[in-house]
Amino acid sequence: MLGLNKNDTTLFVVIIILTILAPFLLNPFPTESTLAQFNAGYPDLMEKFVVFGIFAIGFNILFGLTGYLSFGHAAFLGVGSYSAVWIYKLFTYNVIPALILAVIVSGIFAILIGYVSLRRSGIYFSILTLAFAQMSFALAYSVLSNPKFNLTNGETGLQIYANDLQLFHRESLPNFPHIFGLSMGSTYKLGVGPWEFQFNVAYYFCALMMIASFYFAIRLFRSPFGMMLRAIKSNQQRLNYTGLNSRPYMLAAFVVSGMYAGLAGGLLAVTDPLAGAERMQWTASGEVVLMTILGGTGTLIGPVLGAGFIKYFENIFSKINDQVLHQWFTFLPDGIEDFLVAIVHPFIGKGWHLTLGILFMLVVIFLPGGLVEGGQRIARIARRLMNRDKAADAANVSAE
Amino acid sequence: MDALLLQILNGLDKGSAYALIALGLTLIFGTLGVVNFAHGALFMIGAFCAVFIQGLLNLSYETIDETQKDFLGNPLKVKTPYLENWFGPETGGAIIDWSVPLAILFAIPVMIAVGVIMERGLIKHFYKRPHADQILVTFGLAIVLQEVIKYFYGANPIPTPAPSSLTGAFDFGVLLGFDPNAVIYPYWRMIYFVFAMSIIGAVFAFLQFTTFGMVVRAGMADRETVSMLGINIDKRFTMMFGIAAAVAGLAGVMYTPIAPPNYHMGMDFLVLSFVVVVVGGMGSLPGAVLAGFLLGILESFASTTWATTTIPGINQVIIYVVAIIVLLTRPRGLMGRKGVMEE
Repeated sequence: MLGLNKNDTTLFVVIIILTILAPFLLNPFPTESTLAQFNAGYPDLMEKFVVFGIFAIGFNILFGLTGYLSFGHAAFLGVGSYSAVWIYKLFTYNVIPALILAVIVSGIFAILIGYVSLRRSGIYFSILTLAFAQMSFALAYSVLSNPKFNLTNGETGLQIYANDLQLFHRESLPNFPHIFGLSMGSTYKLGVGPWEFQFNVAYYFCALMMIASFYFAIRLFRSPFGMMLRAIKSNQQRLNYTGLNSRPYMLAAFVVSGMYAGLAGGLLAVTDPLAGAERMQWTASGEVVLMTILGGTGTLIGPVLGAGFIKYFENIFSKINDQVLHQWFTFLPDGIEDFLVAIVHPFIGKGWHLTLGILFMLVVIFLPGGLVEGGQRIARIARRLMNRDKAADAANVSAE
Repeated sequence: MDALLLQILNGLDKGSAYALIALGLTLIFGTLGVVNFAHGALFMIGAFCAVFIQGLLNLSYETIDETQKDFLGNPLKVKTPYLENWFGPETGGAIIDWSVPLAILFAIPVMIAVGVIMERGLIKHFYKRPHADQILVTFGLAIVLQEVIKYFYGANPIPTPAPSSLTGAFDFGVLLGFDPNAVIYPYWRMIYFVFAMSIIGAVFAFLQFTTFGMVVRAGMADRETVSMLGINIDKRFTMMFGIAAAVAGLAGVMYTPIAPPNYHMGMDFLVLSFVVVVVGGMGSLPGAVLAGFLLGILESFASTTWATTTIPGINQVIIYVVAIIVLLTRPRGLMGRKGVMEE
């Protein structure tokens, strides 16, 4: 189907079904129950899943295929957000032109940065991209927000004000990002018994974008171009010796990856029409690296999994506090309960980053292939056990 | 002329910090071939050694002074540090006042231990893995170290003043015949510069004039041959990691009076230090030091009102722009050698 082989089609269909049914799947607990805090089926979080999924898919095209570790990818995310918000400010709240501009501008940005950074490889490349991203952050944070030429609005972040130009805005259109009049903020709530499911326009729009990005990524992975990128990863020197100039391929991969990040940045502005410089900071770049590694570098599904995993636990872990912990451990004797709470305390709430750092180190050390490799290992062990059982049965049968 | 001198002086202290961190990074890279993204965190831990010592020396007990009242009319609680109790207010107060220099004594063994534990416990297992993995795992470690410090000390900067006798400023201008107050320079920054220079000198002397240093240099040139000669080069490289950590830590300790430490100060310095290393030339110790001071001074020149009005924001980007130009024109950096990290 659609030029995909059988396995890829299955994967693609699974992804489509999962994203469409996400409001149900992520909301397994009734609204009133104590477990409701583990629900992730509300628009704000689901949008983050898919948007950062796109970001990570794009990053994986660069890192997973070519092995070039960019530490400044958040710069493109920020550029995408800024350009989308500028479209809102100058022309219209319609998201289509905003996204188109976000992708184009971040693509141009990626050409510029990539052209310089790709002259070096390995560690130099990482440092160069990191330096570029920090430079963009510094520019956005302070320099480009002077009164004469206010492009980014500095610390406050770029927002839409009542006196903005908005050339094509009409009274009848919603005062929020919309697609041809349908506001991104509108949510349909479906109550089924004690459950409540929320269907949000922005989520489905972002999900559609993610499905499209995912499809494009599959095609890219399976294309001759993708093969070329893998060849660069396995041995760039040998590739160069065959008389092939690998730099245009690298630059193309970098730009595609940057445009993915720009799209994700634009979508962030679709769900919430503002853009801040902190999106470009190197911690944000680090986050997408974490997502990709955690999910599984170089695999198709890995980055999406990683993005969902990190965003989910970021949300859940930061919500848990000591009180909740006491509730959980209430069946234990008081002394042990307090002790356990005291041990877990540094890792929850504001300590989520500590958990994330530890988790990340563990994954890099023990499971370089991420969650996908973990899943494969478990599957392999399970299969071996099953086979052994079967073999044992067969032996028993023959003995009888 | 006096403005020129002032900017050079202003650049020296930041340049010293860059040079020290870059020196440590280069030491680790040159010996072990590992890119240490946690080096900024080591700088930060050093700074928090000073915070810890300050807190330790200020440990005090409370007494209720019936003769004085606080603003609510209750008897005033007076905090007296134990040190003042033990050594008398004069000596005790002086010890507390000198907490930052005293922290150096504490920081050296702590930082060496941290470095050695880090190398033996974690980085040792990453020599054969790709550079990307090394970057990633040290990056994760940096996050963890930061968050641990944040857990204990919170997110706000903690003021750690220099000894009160060293807080003034020195009037350089008068010395050179300019007007008074034209070129003044805080004592502590001067001390920082001298301190950095002596550390750098010590490291170079250690490598150049001791047998240990000679073996390390031989190992940097050809690790395999040295280990074939029956020398346990791994052990020496581990020690160098400890020394590199101590250099970063001392840079941090002494930097606390210049800028109050907070948990992410290391990362801010790390990015710039990487740029410094790249500009100086990967694996070149003199290059790292030279580039550190050059970029520090350059940054300070770019921060003058004249520069910022001519090109707004030049002070924020100058270092990166220089790095890009250097990498495009001299890909090996200012003093990089052939064959080091060429690919």
